[in-house]
Amino acid sequence: MNIIEVRNLKTKFENKIVHDNISLTIKEGEIYGLLGPSGCGKTTLLREMVMLQEFSEGSIEVLGYDIYNINHVNAQKIRSKWGVLFQAGALFSSLSIKENIALPLIEYTDLSSSMIDEIVNFKINLVGLKSSDAHLFPSQISGGMKKKAALARALAMDPKLLFLDEPTSGLDPISARDFDRLILKLRSVLGLTIVMVSHDLQSIYDTLDRVAIIDNQKIAYEGTISEIGSVNSNFIQTFFKNKEHII
Amino acid sequence: MHTLITIQLKADKLFLNFSGEITVYTINILQNKLLNINTSTVKEIVFDLNAILFLDTAGALFLNKLQHDYEIQTFNVKISSHNKKINDTLELVENYKIDSNTRDERAVSSLHIFYRKYRKYIEGVKYFMEFLGRLFMSIVLYLKSFKSIRYKEIFFEINESGVKALWIVSLTSFLIGLVVAFQSSYQLKIYGANIFIVDMLGLSILRELAPVITAIVIAGRSGSAFTAQIGAMKITQEIDAMKTMGFDPYSFLLLPRIIALMIILPILVFVSDIMGMLGGMIVANIDLGITVEVFTSRFQEVIKVKHFYVGILKAPFFAFLIASIGIYRGLVVKDDTKSIGINTTKSVVESIFAVIVCDALFSIAFTSVGI
Ligand SMILES: Nc1ncnc2c1ncn2[C@@H]1O[C@H](COP(=O)(O)OP(=O)(O)OP(=O)(O)O)[C@@H](O)[C@H]1O
Ligand SMILES: [Mg+2]
Repeated sequence: MNIIEVRNLKTKFENKIVHDNISLTIKEGEIYGLLGPSGCGKTTLLREMVMLQEFSEGSIEVLGYDIYNINHVNAQKIRSKWGVLFQAGALFSSLSIKENIALPLIEYTDLSSSMIDEIVNFKINLVGLKSSDAHLFPSQISGGMKKKAALARALAMDPKLLFLDEPTSGLDPISARDFDRLILKLRSVLGLTIVMVSHDLQSIYDTLDRVAIIDNQKIAYEGTISEIGSVNSNFIQTFFKNKEHII
Repeated sequence: MHTLITIQLKADKLFLNFSGEITVYTINILQNKLLNINTSTVKEIVFDLNAILFLDTAGALFLNKLQHDYEIQTFNVKISSHNKKINDTLELVENYKIDSNTRDERAVSSLHIFYRKYRKYIEGVKYFMEFLGRLFMSIVLYLKSFKSIRYKEIFFEINESGVKALWIVSLTSFLIGLVVAFQSSYQLKIYGANIFIVDMLGLSILRELAPVITAIVIAGRSGSAFTAQIGAMKITQEIDAMKTMGFDPYSFLLLPRIIALMIILPILVFVSDIMGMLGGMIVANIDLGITVEVFTSRFQEVIKVKHFYVGILKAPFFAFLIASIGIYRGLVVKDDTKSIGINTTKSVVESIFAVIVCDALFSIAFTSVGI
């Protein structure tokens, strides 16, 4: 089953074209990577998929709904099925880490506060934060910790679909590998579908099933990593040149 | 919705047959169903998980906790599950959960809270003193070298805080003049003392009303703007960036605003004087039949020019208070967005209060030296 289908998408800011007629398909249970040089429109595409940004032409279907013509009820329904990790974390600055993670649980379920506490602590531990840091506020934690806390918040409701914008940037290498293992684990036990923007080669090789490479407003490549070498694109050739060192 | 659980009691065995989707949305229902089970005769509890369609981590956590709770009550708990995914989820939860008794709960005594509050207050005072000291130092440095004065920013602020406020200040003062004259004309008519409206208006508007009303309007308008602007700059680390590049935030952000406000506020008070008197004059004309000529000649006769100067003289002091409180509140914004709101409110309330206290002090001072 296709979780996300992007068809002939075109995105324009004023008169600057970011995406020109791009199409891609993300299947259920897949870890899918959006790759490409800085400024090629990966974050923009992600924002369009989660209905934060409008596109100019084409269509995007998420979880079976055409998000251009979606009504409010359905929009809320699919919003409750996904979790989003923003590039810069976007934690609520006036809430502690714990409260940030508990917020969706408090708003959308009738769980008792002790159960919520239990879930929050589990999520904090799962992403590799110390539970003694749970009462700290976003301004009191490091950049990497913010990433982890934001991931815990994205996972709070056990979403079926996870959008991650550069999840490993700003993490130390050990945490980054832990992160890779974690999402593989989550995918295998919970059947998550993950859409991920990444520049982290190790992470790309270890986790991604399929990738789309956006370059020059187009999809330069869509498919598995192993078949990537043959593609004729400047970005791909340079970016994946050193893969022998990693594998 | 699926039934989530069927409960069977066979001899001393309790069978909990879970089914359907055990997720963050449904464990609440489960919890309620499990509340009133009679376990008095039970020795062994069997969790049958084979009919579960989907188990998320919250659900797994719930089952895990349930199991432990029963085990603590010395029941013998058995889990029957052949689904690998469900077993994996349960294992994941078992590995990463945090034992509720090892969790670090910081007990906070009331004494500690009191101490923290008290310390915050002391630190607030200390920080304000530091702020004033640094402000003073940078004024001195500023005045020593005229080259470093940032004329562009000053003029920008004069336009923002002064010129753009002309309309609202004029309108407010005009209405105040109108209302004061209207209220007093009724009283004056009773005594036939119509002409004294000029003395009354002249004194009250020039000395008190115009400066105070103008200052309050500007406190609401520019004081809040200063706080929000500088607070936002602090959150986005713009102020830190300025510091590392060697730009002194005091001379870049603070002094231009303070100087601009000190220049423009007396001018606004002057406008307010005119508009207030105009409002009064109109009421005097319509309500009390005092012509413009009579009004102006009486005005020249009884209102000494010192009253005008007293009003204008107060304005720079008010301006200094408004600007420095607004900026101070901006600088103490912490790194969260809520604190911008709190500090903006405080900035407006405190600067209005400060203006009124300052006005009272001036009143006492001027009267005691006979001005
Ligand atoms: N609101 C906007 N208005 C105008 N242009 C925008 C806007 N948002 C993004 N852009 C432009 O769209 C392009 C794509 O931006 P985007 O943030 O999607 O890049 P990215 O691929 O995520 O890059 P990075 O890897 O650096 O995060 C950029 O050239 C950017 O300048
Ligand atoms: Mg981006």
